[in-house]
Amino acid sequence: MTTLAPAEVEVEQPRGGDEPEHDRPWVVIVWNDPINLMSYVTLVFQKLFGYSKAKATKLMLQVHNEGKAVVSTGSREKAELDVARLHGHGLWATMQRD
Amino acid sequence: MWSERRIERAADGTYVLRLPEEERALLRFLPGDLRALLDAAPDDPGLRRLFPRAYEDEQDEAAYRELMGNELLDERRRALEVLAETATAERLTDGQAHAWLTALNDLRLVLGTRLEVSDESLLEDLVESDPRAPELALYAYLSWLQEQLVAALSSDL
Repeated sequence: MTTLAPAEVEVEQPRGGDEPEHDRPWVVIVWNDPINLMSYVTLVFQKLFGYSKAKATKLMLQVHNEGKAVVSTGSREKAELDVARLHGHGLWATMQRD
Repeated sequence: MWSERRIERAADGTYVLRLPEEERALLRFLPGDLRALLDAAPDDPGLRRLFPRAYEDEQDEAAYRELMGNELLDERRRALEVLAETATAERLTDGQAHAWLTALNDLRLVLGTRLEVSDESLLEDLVESDPRAPELALYAYLSWLQEQLVAALSSDL
């Protein structure tokens, strides 16, 4: 979506927290990439997560401008399914503990 | 050729295709190329954008691939098949239109990876003698068609 090539983005390490590890939810992150169309990314967020056009657009712009955005959170199983659906649509998604 | 709408949502929820013959021919044979590559060499570096990692951790990633890998591959194959089979259709059902969305995007991802697309200025410096010109033109066409499909599908949301 922008001039940032995927390889230039550094993946953040999961942060430590006060809660025991198994209590912290997983977050699904979508990273910016130069190929997926902005309109397409917005549509995929609407389609997969049922987000409104406004929310999906905001998340897409966050990916575009900041290089990444958290698009969903939840249990490991839910996060894995969300990542797989995003991968099925060609988006660059990863998951990690919050 | 770039001004006319190729895909529009009809009142009955189907999607009307207004594609010239040469574009239909292109959309009918392109998916076969990618399908053949997926079948023969799913680990080809040119396909890496179709299979991003889910986890940083190697073990978690291996388990994810074990669980989801085949299903994701099958979905891609099915979407490419639908595109090839319906390239000459007058109308698409909602399901077929979404298959087109996936297939067109996969074609763009593979082509864009091969062309090392890194930003939107790619076409601006293009000269006729550039050996990449035909593939760049194809990439631009698929992107343009994808924009139209996204607009048509978005009108339903």
